Amino acid sequence: MIEVRGLVKRFGLKTVLKDLDFQVQAGEFVALLGPNGAGKTTFLRILASLSRPAMGEVRIAGYRLPQQAAAVRHILGVVSHQPLLYGDLTAEENLRFYGKMYGIGAPEKRIGEVLDLVGLSLRRRDLVRTFSRGMQQRLAIGRAVLHDPEVMLFDEPHTGLDQDASVMLDGVLREVAARGRTVVMTSHDLARAGDLASRFDVISRGKVVASVGRAEMPAAKLLDFYRASISIREDAARVSSEQPSSRIRM
Amino acid sequence: MGGEVKIATSPSKAVIRKPTSFYLRTVWAIVWKDLAAELRSRELLTSMLVFALLVILIFNFALELDPRARFNAASGVLWVTFAFAGTLGLNRSMAMEKDRGCLDGLLLAPVDRSAIFFGKALSNLFFMLIVEAIVLPIYSLLYNINLFNPGLIAVVLLGSIGYVAVGTLLASMAVQTRTRDVLLPILLFPIVIPLFIAAVKASAGFLQSLEMSEIWPWLNLLIVYDLIFLAVAFMVFDYVVEE
Ligand SMILES: Nc1ncnc2c1ncn2[C@@H]1O[C@H](COP(=O)(O)OP(=O)(O)OP(=O)(O)O)[C@@H](O)[C@H]1O
Ligand SMILES: [Mg+2]
Repeated sequence: MIEVRGLVKRFGLKTVLKDLDFQVQAGEFVALLGPNGAGKTTFLRILASLSRPAMGEVRIAGYRLPQQAAAVRHILGVVSHQPLLYGDLTAEENLRFYGKMYGIGAPEKRIGEVLDLVGLSLRRRDLVRTFSRGMQQRLAIGRAVLHDPEVMLFDEPHTGLDQDASVMLDGVLREVAARGRTVVMTSHDLARAGDLASRFDVISRGKVVASVGRAEMPAAKLLDFYRASISIREDAARVSSEQPSSRIRM
Repeated sequence: MGGEVKIATSPSKAVIRKPTSFYLRTVWAIVWKDLAAELRSRELLTSMLVFALLVILIFNFALELDPRARFNAASGVLWVTFAFAGTLGLNRSMAMEKDRGCLDGLLLAPVDRSAIFFGKALSNLFFMLIVEAIVLPIYSLLYNINLFNPGLIAVVLLGSIGYVAVGTLLASMAVQTRTRDVLLPILLFPIVIPLFIAAVKASAGFLQSLEMSEIWPWLNLLIVYDLIFLAVAFMVFDYVVEE
C-alpha cells in the first residue's frame, strides 16, 4: 500500500530524512516510534503530499508522489499536529466544508455520524475557536475520518484527549483496522501503541532503524526494544562523528 | 464507550461527479467558507475599511492647499488607498488559513490546487470590492468627482482583479515565512507597478473625460496584465504552497 525508497528531505542545509526506506502492506497498522525531532512528522507530511522530498521514491496505492498526488489524496485521512479547522466556523460548518471538498454524498447524515462518533454532537453549533484543545483534537479526528479513507496517517492523535476520548479514538482505530484500512500512527505512548498496532517501526535521526511485528514482540518488551533501537543509531552516530576528529588529532 | 463505534460511511459516499462541476463547487465552497467566517468575525473588512478611510483622509488634508494638484492627484490617491487596504486584507485572509493549519487541510483535499487558488482569490476580490464600494462614494465627496462613470467602475474592477490575482499568490507564499506581514508588500508592490500605472492613467483619463483613444492602451494593459497573472498563478500555485 505504501512504498518508500531512498527518501531524502532537507530543510536548508539540514538533512532531516536520510535515505529512508519504509513499506506497509494494505491492512497493516504501523506504529511509528522515535524520539523528538527524529523526523516522524516530516515523514508523514511527505506521505500526505504536503511536503516534497528532495530525493527518493514514494508510492501510495500504486500512485507516485508527488506527480500523482491528486489521486492519492482521495484515500488519505490525516491527523496532524494542528487541528486543520477554522476557528470562526462551527463544528458542523467545518465538517460540511470539508465534506464539500471531498465530494461526499449525503453529507448531513455523515456529519451527524461523525459528530456522534467523536462525542461533539451537543457542541455542534459552537465555534471551534471556543473549543478546548482536546475538543479541537476530537473534531480533527472526525475531520480525518469524514470521507472514510483507506489510508490513515495519524500524527500523535492522542495528544490532548481525555480518558473517554482516548478510548473513543482507540475504538475508531481498532474498527478501521478490522475493516482492513491501513494505518500509520506516530506515538510516544508505547503502551497505547503496543495495544493497537500490528507492527512497530522506530525512526531515529531520519532513518527507520528497526521494525518488528506484533507477534514477535510481547508488549512488556516494547520499551526495551525501543531503547535498544535508538541507542544503536546513536552509537553509530557517535562513532561516525568521532572518526574525523580522531584523524585530525593524528 | 468503545465497542459499537461506527465509522463507515453510508453506501452513497464519493459519488463521482462531472469534473468541471466539482471544480466549481470546490471554488464556491471556499468562497462560502470565507464569507461565513468573515460574517462572524468582521475582522478583515473592518480593518480594511478603517485603514482605507484613514488613508483617504490623510491625503485629503495633505493635498488641501492646491486645488489643481488635488485634481491631478485624485486617481493616484484612489489607487494608493486600494493598494494599502488590499494588502491588509490579503494578509488577514491568508493568516486565517495558517491559524490552525487550515491551509494544510485545504491542500490535503482531493481537489485541483488551482481551485484553492481561485477560491481564495475570489473571496479576496469580493472583500476588496466591498471596501471599494464603500470608499468610492466618500472619495467622490471629498474629491468632487462624479461616480456614475462606467469607465471608472470598469477600471476599478480590472485593477482589483489583477491586484488580487498577484496578491493571493504572493500571500500564500509569504504566509509560510515568519515575516509575512512585512514580506507581502515588499514582494507585491514592485510586481504590481505596471498594473498601477495603467490603472492610475486609465482612471485619470475617465475622470478628466479624455478621448477613448487615449485611454484604450491603458485598458488593454490592464486586461493583458490580469490574464497573464491569472495564468501564472494557475500554473505555479501548486509549487508555491508545498514546502
Ligand atoms: N519547517 C522546518 N524547517 C526546518 N527544520 C525543520 C522543519 N520542520 C522540521 N524540521 C526539523 O526536522 C527534524 C525532524 O522534525 P519532526 O517534526 O519531523 O520530528 P518528530 O519526529 O515529528 O518529533 P516530535 O516527536 O517532537 O513530534 C527536527 O530536527 C526539526 O528541527
Ligand atoms: Mg512530530
